[in-house]
Order: sequence, then structure tokens, then C-alpha cells
Amino acid sequence: MKVSRRKILGTAAVTGAAATLPRVPARAAGKSLTIGVCSDFSGPYSETGGKTSVACVQQALEDWGAAAKGYDVTVLQGDHQNKPDVGAGIARQWFDSGVDLLIDVPNSAVGLAIAGVAKEKDKAYINSNAASSKLTGAACNAQTIHWTYDTYMLAHSTGGAMVAAGGKSWFFITANYAFGQLLRDQTTAVVKAAGGTVVGDVDYPFPQTTDFSSFLVQAQSSGAQVLGLANAGKDTVNSIKQAHQFGITQSGMKIAGLLIFISDVHGMGLDIAQGLILTESFYWNMNDNTRAFTKRLLPKTPNNYPAMGQAGCYSGTLHFLKAVDVIGVPAASSGAAVVAQMKKMPTEDDAFGKCYIREDGRFMCPSFLFRVKKPGESSIPWDYYDLLHTTPADQTFAPLATEGCPLVKA
Amino acid sequence: MILGKPAPLLFGQLLLGIINGSFYAMLSMGLAIIFGLLRIINFAHGAMFMIGAFVTWGLLNYADIGFWWALILSPLIVGVAGYVLERVMISRIYNLDILYGLLLTFGMAQVMGGVMTNYFGSSGVSYDTPDLLSGVLDLGFMYMPVYRGFVVFAAVIICFGTWFAIEKTRLGALLRAATENPSLVQSFGVNVPRLIALTFAGGVGLAALAGVLAAPLYSVNPGMGDDLINTVFAVVVIGGMGSIGGAILTGFGLGIIEGFTDVFYPPGSAVVVFVVMAVVLLARPSGLFGKA
Repeated sequence: MKVSRRKILGTAAVTGAAATLPRVPARAAGKSLTIGVCSDFSGPYSETGGKTSVACVQQALEDWGAAAKGYDVTVLQGDHQNKPDVGAGIARQWFDSGVDLLIDVPNSAVGLAIAGVAKEKDKAYINSNAASSKLTGAACNAQTIHWTYDTYMLAHSTGGAMVAAGGKSWFFITANYAFGQLLRDQTTAVVKAAGGTVVGDVDYPFPQTTDFSSFLVQAQSSGAQVLGLANAGKDTVNSIKQAHQFGITQSGMKIAGLLIFISDVHGMGLDIAQGLILTESFYWNMNDNTRAFTKRLLPKTPNNYPAMGQAGCYSGTLHFLKAVDVIGVPAASSGAAVVAQMKKMPTEDDAFGKCYIREDGRFMCPSFLFRVKKPGESSIPWDYYDLLHTTPADQTFAPLATEGCPLVKA
Repeated sequence: MILGKPAPLLFGQLLLGIINGSFYAMLSMGLAIIFGLLRIINFAHGAMFMIGAFVTWGLLNYADIGFWWALILSPLIVGVAGYVLERVMISRIYNLDILYGLLLTFGMAQVMGGVMTNYFGSSGVSYDTPDLLSGVLDLGFMYMPVYRGFVVFAAVIICFGTWFAIEKTRLGALLRAATENPSLVQSFGVNVPRLIALTFAGGVGLAALAGVLAAPLYSVNPGMGDDLINTVFAVVVIGGMGSIGGAILTGFGLGIIEGFTDVFYPPGSAVVVFVVMAVVLLARPSGLFGKA
């Protein structure tokens, strides 16, 4: 064979990606804006980002009344396939052809890559669905806002609660890339600060791993009290399902799913998910406002209720539109200008209530520690959580100036 | 303790490796049969495995037909589809370079994956373990889900049955003769094109059967075949293209090697198969069991 399989696959992947690269329509005169949703539309994070994120952006346009206010807003979508180079390529092409805001971006490796492009092109970037707290740490910049949640919040809220409940010895199963490693390291710090120990850790290849059995067996033979899952999306669902098959929970080991979204709970079913402790900063059934928002959104995503990252796309887009309305469309073509305006104004919406954006680009909102209900306790569809604890915004995230963000003056 | 790891852990990994190896063996066997007789590098094999799993799910959800019947029906349905595909499309390119077959089947795999993603989403659907096989066995050194034990049992029977049918029966002899010299076999009154189409149907039927067995184990999703197919190709190359016994032994062997890699160096578990492949190709370019 003269041509290698790898070469053929590579060529196919590149041509495929180029053919689906979303094109930006020519800019109409007047108050026209373009928002690009760069997300995982086909991989492990497509349920927690993807189409529902796009629907949330569109909901923000409707709720704000963009058309009635004379704005012509185009929404694009691009699939980054969990590859930083593909994501950065989409961002570069979008920004060069006039996209005003890039939003969503699950997967920390891709999210961090796009932050660099946003800075270089001076365009607004709201990351609502990657966890790495480096987005407001060493990698922070004047064009980037990190909405919704981060690894610090997850490690302290879920990890802290598990240690406080007596889980002193931990075994980690970690997705081997930027997000998993950081989440594991930050949770390890929380565990050790509370006098606990980490007895073992396996880093599995991401995103191609679907069978976690051998890692679970290692966790089990380690004798740890808590199994820490430093992963997300489909990986978490598969890990927890398989943990049940191998009798891990039955043997008394507690599972700490450090990043679990409501769509994951739905995918597992309450039979398996019941009793899990998790942290989200948004829950659709939290109060009248969140329910009203979800009710408006559901016709667009009938099979998927919004998780926090997707709700963050709604909240972020809404706030972006308000800021653009203040400084005007021409000025908003500078990412730094519109982001500076967004930081000046407090945020308010149905999904997150009243919050604000800190100078390092951190969206500051409370986080909620939930326990997943038992099957008998759930009365309506997607009624999955009991609230255990609320952490106020200023304690949810790392204190300013401890993360090494160059924007923060000492 | 063995090499610094607790012995029960290593036994556990050995067992898990054999389970994964079962799938490698079943899939690579089908690929080896198809390549051996048709000289087609069937890139759609992973997609057929995926379709087999979806058919199993569909039988349950649309027709209320359970797992045990699906073990028979799903391979039949996919086998018939394979027969049609071979007659309509693949049979037209036998006289062309081998790369055309690769491209055609790669394209078919993309289409099948795309269609399923469109209807079921990328995260797919779940299929429950049959009641008879749910539950956990306490083996002392690990908890073993009963279903996984069943998969190994089934895989060994399927592999042996297929190997026996091809190497030891008259039909198998006919098949092998038809690949060596089709015109001679045809002159004895055998319908060679039909024989070849049936071989393709049988090969993809085996993939579908593996898909049925995989359905309760992994989530049934459009990408489930892609996850396996690269490894399975490596297995076929290591075993020797077209060698059925080689594919079976290599499948189980690599499953075990992967299992141990998970203990000693987890990040390497995705590449260890390809490292083995590179080493084998350097030492024996025609594979471990291939004819030079």
C-alpha cells in the first residue's frame, strides 16, 4: 500500500473540517452583530454544550428584544471537535471575518487556546463551559470573561463537602489534559488542607476512553474511601455507570463526581445517580425566575434541559448585548472596550440573578451544592436536585490576586 | 506483590484485558476474513459493529424483541444489508487498486455514522444488561460483572466456531479455493460472486454480533465503532493480514497487554497497541502469523 491509513484519515479530517467551517455572512449596514457559538457538537461534551448552548444564545436575543431594538444579530455555530488547533482555527477565521463575540467553548484545552486568539485579534470572548481557572489566572486577558464555573469552585465545593463528610483518603481517575489535571491538583490541595491523603491516581487518555473498568478496579484495590472523578460529560457518566457494574459503591466507596451536569444525571438515570453530591451554579428548578427562563427555552431544546454552562451562554449573551447597547456597535468591535463595559455593569438575568464581573474577567455568582434525589422523590421531569448548601459569590471563586492574572495590579 | 503491584490487581487486569480482547478478536476476525477472501480493507467494519448495536436497541424499543433473539436477528439483518452493499457497490471495484475499496468503505462508514448521529445524537442511547446476566460475582480478588464473563465465553465460542468453519469444513475449503483461483472454482459450477458476497455478509454479520454483545457494556452511540476500529486494524496487521487464527490470538493478546499497561502506565494504554504494531512490523513485516 503506497498511501498510509493515517495519511488518508488525516486528509479526510482536514477536508471535512474545512468544508464545515462556518462562513460569516457579509455585514449588513446599521446595528448588526455576529455571535459565534464554538462548542462540542459531536463529542463527549455535546450534551452539556452544543445545540442547547446555541438555543440559549438565541433565547437571550429574544428575551432582550434584539430585533425590536433594531439589531440584526446573526448566530453562527462551529464544532471544535475537542481539538485546540481546530478551535483556534475557527476563532481566527470568525474574528477575521467580523464575529463580535465568541461564546461557550467546553474543553479547557480548546478554551485556553481561543483566549489567546481573542487577545491577539482584540475580540470579545465569553467562556461559559470550560473549567480551567487559568482563564482568569495566568491566561487571563482584557478580552476574556470566564462565566459560570471553574475548577477552584468545583474542587472547593464538592471536594470540600466530601472531605467534611469524612472522606479522608482519595483515589483519582483523571482525564489526561488541562482540565482534568488542574481539577485533580486543586482538589488534592483541598483534601490535604483538611488533613486527608491521596492514595492513588490514574490519568486516562482523553477523549478516546470509553471503558473505565481497569481504572475502577485499581481504585477499588487501593482501599480509598473516596473515588474522585476529575472528568466530565460522557466520561463521568460512563465511569459512574461502570462503577456500579463493578460493585464499587456497593462496597462502600463514595464517588465524588467533581464536575457533573444535570444532563449527565439525566443520562445515568436516578437509579444510578441517586445520592451523588455535585456542584452547579444554575439549576432550572431553583426559583420562579429559573423556571420561567427554562419554560421559555424548552421549545427550542425539547429533549435537553439547560445545565449551568448552557445557562451561562444565555446570561453572557444577554450581558454582552446590554454592554454593546451602551457603547454602540462600532466601539464594540474592540473586544477590550466591550468587555470593559461589561465589567462596569452588574449582571442581572433570570438564570443567575444579580451577579458581577471581577476585574480579572471572573463572573462572580454563588454556587450550589446539590444532592441527587432518589427515584421516588422526583415528581416532575428533570426534578433531580436537593439543595444542600449555598456558597456566596466571593467565597465560590479564588480570591483576586492569588491566581497570577496580569490584569490585576498588586 | 508482583513487580510492585498487588497480585489481585494484576489478576483483575488480566481478566479485563481478556474481555476487551474478546471484542478485538471478534472484530479483527471478520476483517481478516473479508481481507483474506475479498482483498477489501473494510473500513466500514466499525460502523457495522455500531449498526449491530443500534439494531439490538431498535429491536427492543420498537419491536419488544430482547437480547437473546437479537443475538441471532441483528447479525442476520446487518448480514443481509452487507450482502446488498457488496452486490451493489463493493463488487464493482474488485478490479481496481486496493485503495479504492478502502476509500469506498471509509465513505460508507462516514455516511452510516452521520445518519445515526443525526437521529440519535452523539451520546447515543443505553441498553440494559439482560436480567439473566445482571449481577456481580465476587471472585475474591475483584468483583466481576456476570455479563462481562458471558462476553468472554461467547467470544471464545464464536471465534472457535468461525475458525473451524473456515479451516476445517468443506464450505471453508471452497471459500479458500475461491480466493486462490476463482475461475477454476467457477469452472466446477460454483457461483463464485455469490460466495464472495456471502463471505462479506458473514464478515459484517460477525461485526454486528460483536455489536450486540457490546450494547449492554458501553453506551450505544454512533462513535462506538470508531473508538475500536483503529485498534482492530492494528490487531489485524500484527496478526498478519488475512490470517484468521492470527487475528483471534492477537486480539486476545493485545487486550491483555493493554490491560497491564493500564496498571503500569495508564496514559500509554491508547498507544501501546501501535507500539507493538511498529515493533512487529520491523521484525516480521508480514505480521506474526502472516505468510511472507
